[in-house]
Amino acid sequence: METKKQDVRIGFYVCHCGHNIASMVDCPAVAKYAEKLPGVVLSRDYKYMCSDPGQELIAQDIREHKLNRVVVASCSPLLHEHTFRGATEKGGLNPFYFHMVNIREHNSWVHTDREEATAKAKDLTRAAVERVAHHRALEVKKVPIHPDVLVVGGGIAGIHAAMTLAKAGKKVYLVEREPSIGGHMAKFDKTFPTLDCAACILTPKMSEVGAHKNITLWTYSDVIKMDGYVGNYTVTVKRKPRYINEDLCTGCQECISSCVFKEPKFADEFNENLGKRKPVYIPFPQATPQVVLIDPDVCLNFKRGVLTDKCKKTCVEACGEKKAIDFKQTEKLEEIKVGTIIVATGFKTFEAERIPQYGYGRYPNVYTALEIERLVNASGPTAGDVVMRNGQHPKSIGIIHCVGSRDKKTNRWCSRVCCMYSMKLAHLLKEHTEAEIYNFYIDMRTPGKGYEEFYDKLLTEGVHFVRGRVGEVTDWAFTPEEEGKLVIRVEDTLAGYVRRIPVDMVVLSTGLEPHTDSQDVRRLFNMSCGSEGFFLERHPKLAPVNTFTDGIYLAGCCQGPKDIPDTVAQAGAAAAEAMVLIDKGFVEQEPNTAFILETECSGCKSCIPLCPYSAITFVEERKTATINEALCKGCGTCVGACPSGSIVQNLFEDEEIFSEIEGVLVQ
Amino acid sequence: MKYSYFPGCSLKGTGRAYEESLLPVFRAMDIELEELEDWNCCGATAYMAVDEVKACVMASRNLAIAEKAGHKELVAPCNACYLVLNKTKHYLHESPSVKRVIDAALKQGNLTYTGNVPVRHPLDVLVNSVGLDEVKKRVKQPLKGLKVAPYYGCQIVRPYSTFDDQYNPTTMDRLLEALGATVVTYPLKTRCCGGSLTGTLPEPGLLCSYILLKEAIKRGADVVATICPLCQFNLDGYHDKIEAKWESVRIPTVYFSQLMGLAFGLPAQELGLHRGFVPMKSLPAQTVAA
Repeated sequence: METKKQDVRIGFYVCHCGHNIASMVDCPAVAKYAEKLPGVVLSRDYKYMCSDPGQELIAQDIREHKLNRVVVASCSPLLHEHTFRGATEKGGLNPFYFHMVNIREHNSWVHTDREEATAKAKDLTRAAVERVAHHRALEVKKVPIHPDVLVVGGGIAGIHAAMTLAKAGKKVYLVEREPSIGGHMAKFDKTFPTLDCAACILTPKMSEVGAHKNITLWTYSDVIKMDGYVGNYTVTVKRKPRYINEDLCTGCQECISSCVFKEPKFADEFNENLGKRKPVYIPFPQATPQVVLIDPDVCLNFKRGVLTDKCKKTCVEACGEKKAIDFKQTEKLEEIKVGTIIVATGFKTFEAERIPQYGYGRYPNVYTALEIERLVNASGPTAGDVVMRNGQHPKSIGIIHCVGSRDKKTNRWCSRVCCMYSMKLAHLLKEHTEAEIYNFYIDMRTPGKGYEEFYDKLLTEGVHFVRGRVGEVTDWAFTPEEEGKLVIRVEDTLAGYVRRIPVDMVVLSTGLEPHTDSQDVRRLFNMSCGSEGFFLERHPKLAPVNTFTDGIYLAGCCQGPKDIPDTVAQAGAAAAEAMVLIDKGFVEQEPNTAFILETECSGCKSCIPLCPYSAITFVEERKTATINEALCKGCGTCVGACPSGSIVQNLFEDEEIFSEIEGVLVQ
Repeated sequence: MKYSYFPGCSLKGTGRAYEESLLPVFRAMDIELEELEDWNCCGATAYMAVDEVKACVMASRNLAIAEKAGHKELVAPCNACYLVLNKTKHYLHESPSVKRVIDAALKQGNLTYTGNVPVRHPLDVLVNSVGLDEVKKRVKQPLKGLKVAPYYGCQIVRPYSTFDDQYNPTTMDRLLEALGATVVTYPLKTRCCGGSLTGTLPEPGLLCSYILLKEAIKRGADVVATICPLCQFNLDGYHDKIEAKWESVRIPTVYFSQLMGLAFGLPAQELGLHRGFVPMKSLPAQTVAA
């Protein structure tokens, strides 16, 4: 519906926003000024336009004064554009006949001269009035949401999100890269500050996931491709061969005990390489799914990963009638359709070798915290006996905090969990050994429920706390007592001098980092990263689990370091956000998308690589480009770049923009 | 290939064994070192502590001469010179007020400096520009069985670690291995040798040297290899005093260039090896030369 210029009937409203605007802008004067502008038939100032009576005023005026355009000068469109479009629609007009002027964030809040601020409000008003005359009626399109959800990553975040959705009756695909779900939490011995056993609280959830009818669990699998848009994603998952038919394996593990390798011989990844496993193995006793896998790099039936079929295959014999072992298995691609995706890909721990002065990798008795988790664990490689790599039991242990955290040379951020897990390990090591235990910290950071109380408890348990960043861990001795020990050199900033503390064992509390392939994952799911490489949430406070791509949510440490309680809370929130879309059934799409005037398009393709959302494709038959409205976010890049001017963007048409510019410039 | 060469005072005095070995080794590598004409004190020693800007003026005159000489890079074998020259470059780049003083001083001597001459340590040049393959090609008598403690000292990595890790440098380790030597694990690589303290406050100064030597022996080293004349001087020159105070830790301390020369088959006498207070024992029985 085109409106002729002489038929335009604009209603103008200027909001006081209490004192927010009125203290710096003379609102009645702006209203009075607007009255005389072309097309304005009604002009008012009002204390709170966003209030119910304010909105009602607009609707009523549209009906009574036959308005066909509405302009409100108030706050940022981010805050209330939606509100006023609603009021416009309520009055019986297409909501896109509304336009908003920001005289708060762009004016009253940032200026100090009332007169000039008022003049600026008048200029902006004039621009909006000129612009709104050219507005056209637009339609909000509804896109249906596919009800299935993909959860990427099977740590505690992914597990909790998947379970929450499954319990609500949603179908979930849970994809995990490792052979079992459980993530880092499965490796932990106890959890702070309550000291409940990590396995006891995690493994029931893991088996629930494995058994739930609404969850399709694909472990040892990678997401390799994602296409589509919110509500309609097509995802390709690569399922790596484990040389075991998952449907046939019962988890009896007969194959493991009858493997031609009588003793476990190969580094056991789950135990941080402190233990050994066989070529056919199950990562840990409670692994989910309870399905073994074969490592082709060390299995004798393969040579460098290629099947040679030269082994006696005692495993196949042992498997017998079940026939679960399949050496010919190859990688398989599965394509699934989902409406929403939760990314919960977790973190990796800082590589302690990157700080050579702490001696990790050089001195055998320097450990990472994750290694200690396995060492104190009853199901770990030593069944909970804290025995060092030299076979002895430590008499003294130094725990160094902030390794790869709060350090300009490595990672600047605080990893949030290390103070607490260091104290937890101090407590557990005290339980498991006779050792004197020292904690070396910069600051103790214990902001969590029961955390400070846990610190108090440790202080009374006789653990030493030395405030100071450790300079080096070395093996050169100064005194006879230091001979054969690891010497921790540190400036004790409370005592005010440099100390040398000889210990038997050093534990490095390594920080949390984004995965090495986080940039690939970011591109895969069209997300953004912060400067440190963690995935970026849409808003740090008000949209902490959303990403900038609709329908894709974040949970857990892939968004930033956090402890288990926060991870679980965030996973629940991500599941809830996904359900908002699923239960609504559709998404409304802003109509400010771009479209191509096919008759004008020369098919030069210059717009295609510029689109950040991959929304533009080339139609070979017509030799023109076309824009997928569902993918277009209305950024306008292509509109500006098109050499023939054949791309138009709704709400940002040339006429609209030029008249707005004219309005602001011509007094 | 040709480099400008800034010997500094040490290489003409207490550290002459360094120059005596460095020059033939570079010749053997087919690299020409052209000594700067009319060079002056680098600005290290006491100047730095008394008036930093004056020290930088001294250094910048050498930089200006090097720039005028027209070779692409300047080799400074003494770690103190290396540090002061690099520090001066840093100031010229970062501090306009220091640059103004320096420029004015240089102008008095009809000199200018535009900041284009990189200052390199010979260790860096040999390993990173020439390469270990070229070094290996020239090894005639591999140092098989010789256990070396690689000692870098502080100035090569602090505050600038231009070509190696600040805490665990490995450039010399790799060079020594290329010569066939066995490098012992020596985490004291960058610990203080005592610096000038051996002259001013002998007790803490000597303690530093003592620890370095004691630990080198403890770790089975036959010899300590150094890249700095002051380190060599401190570790080699005070054995009597150290022995009087603690115990005998008589282990030879030589320049990396001397070990290179030996491996290249140059005679020990021509490498200044006779100048050390603790003589280096002859090389362990040679296996068949490569």
